[in-house]
Amino acid sequence: MNSQRPITAESNEPPLLEVEGLGMTFGHGPEALPVLEDVRLRLGQGECVALIGPSGCGKSTFFNVLAGLVRPNDGKIRLRGRPADSLRGIVAYMQQKDLLLPWRKMLDNAVLGLEIQGAPRSEARRRARELLEVFGLDGFEDRYPDELSGGMRQRVALVRTILCGKNIWLLDEPFGALDAITRREMQRWLLKAFSRFKASVLLVTHDVEEALLLADRVYVMTARPGRIRADLDVPLDRPRRVTQSEMVRLKEELLDLLESRPEGEA
Amino acid sequence: MKSRILNVVLPLCVLLAIGLIWEAGVKVFNVPHYILPSPGRILVVMWDRLGLLLFHGLITLLEVALGFLVALALGVGLAVAIYASRMVERSLLPLVIASQTVPVFAAAPLLILWFGYGIGSKVVMAAVIVFFPIVINTVQGLRAADPDTVALLKILEASPRQIFFKVRVPQALPYFFSGIKIGVAVSVIGAVIGEWVGAQRGLGYLMIHANAQLQVELVFAAIGILSLLGVGLYALVSGLERVLVPWRR
Repeated sequence: MNSQRPITAESNEPPLLEVEGLGMTFGHGPEALPVLEDVRLRLGQGECVALIGPSGCGKSTFFNVLAGLVRPNDGKIRLRGRPADSLRGIVAYMQQKDLLLPWRKMLDNAVLGLEIQGAPRSEARRRARELLEVFGLDGFEDRYPDELSGGMRQRVALVRTILCGKNIWLLDEPFGALDAITRREMQRWLLKAFSRFKASVLLVTHDVEEALLLADRVYVMTARPGRIRADLDVPLDRPRRVTQSEMVRLKEELLDLLESRPEGEA
Repeated sequence: MKSRILNVVLPLCVLLAIGLIWEAGVKVFNVPHYILPSPGRILVVMWDRLGLLLFHGLITLLEVALGFLVALALGVGLAVAIYASRMVERSLLPLVIASQTVPVFAAAPLLILWFGYGIGSKVVMAAVIVFFPIVINTVQGLRAADPDTVALLKILEASPRQIFFKVRVPQALPYFFSGIKIGVAVSVIGAVIGEWVGAQRGLGYLMIHANAQLQVELVFAAIGILSLLGVGLYALVSGLERVLVPWRR
């Protein structure tokens, strides 16, 4: 087992992030649309936790709440045991769209976060160059996003995410738009990034294999309104292979959870 | 590369063919030169009176350029105000859009009355014409930013000012340029119409003058210079766009 990654955070220390009873409803009165209901989860320091569920289960809304873009109607967020409104300022965020600015060359896209924080330009560029090299992007610094492949663009987005220097990463289906081969490649890059930067990661995905390849724990969500219906440990060393017998068993378990209806529902 | 050369060469060949047919037609049917001069005669007159044509051409160019600068300053200012304030948007944007249906050319006599026979009335005319496409397109461009990108910047703790300059302004540039391109060619027409109605200088003035004296070659020559002016301004704007919006292909 990977000693650096505690599987559960049941020590005396409060976990890095705790969410309890989070609820979110869009609209009012008869048209009110409950999107999230009593969402609870925990993320330990250095842990990678995946959130998996059918599309429309409010995963992205949940991330927007965490990132402080929308206010929840209900619930508590605690950071290392202390109540917090959101994780604004301490999270980095990456989604399916790479969101590279088309008018910025690769290097200038990578430094965006640092630039906003007001970091000195030459220092920011030096750090970006270093990281771009780690992710096999050196030599392309002066290319516009239009001139890059999907996998490269997503890696630039990852570099931009890392460079923000935040220790919690919210990854919202980061590789959802890529083809299967590129996705596998990106997952390897991501694993490399986790261990190198000791980040704590919350990963939303609807790819069961992706969740099992990357995460220490997997939360399964229900369809709208999104609730956490199960919590599954993945006690396997990395790198993992999808063909491992343990993986196959876990995959089966996850798929069963996703496909069956939760108790109490017709 | 080869196809790009052809893109220039082929239209030129067609133009040349039209010129030859025109030349031949004038000869064969014996059309009097004060009705329809042959292209050859026009070119000769254009060469002989080049100084005169350039003088009046520069006046017209000046009018268009000044009008453009005025429109740029006011148009971008108004666009930002419309973007920034719901109140301004709700009170002014419908008027700006509706005013596009007003035929500005028809107001030329009024503009001469208000701004005089000099360059002022033509500057206003050109400005009014470029103003609307700049406003409309810039507003549209400022709003075109991808909401997810804006959200990303917020998560990165960007200030509204940073979001404006790092996302909205660059996003608006291509829209802004297409507005200018719509306006620039028409603004030349605006200046010329202003000159027709009342002026002492400019290509429009020259045309009216030459027409009255049956110097039809000179009228054609002035039209030729005007066309070059329009094409040149358009090319200038396109070139500027290529420099300032290099990510768009």
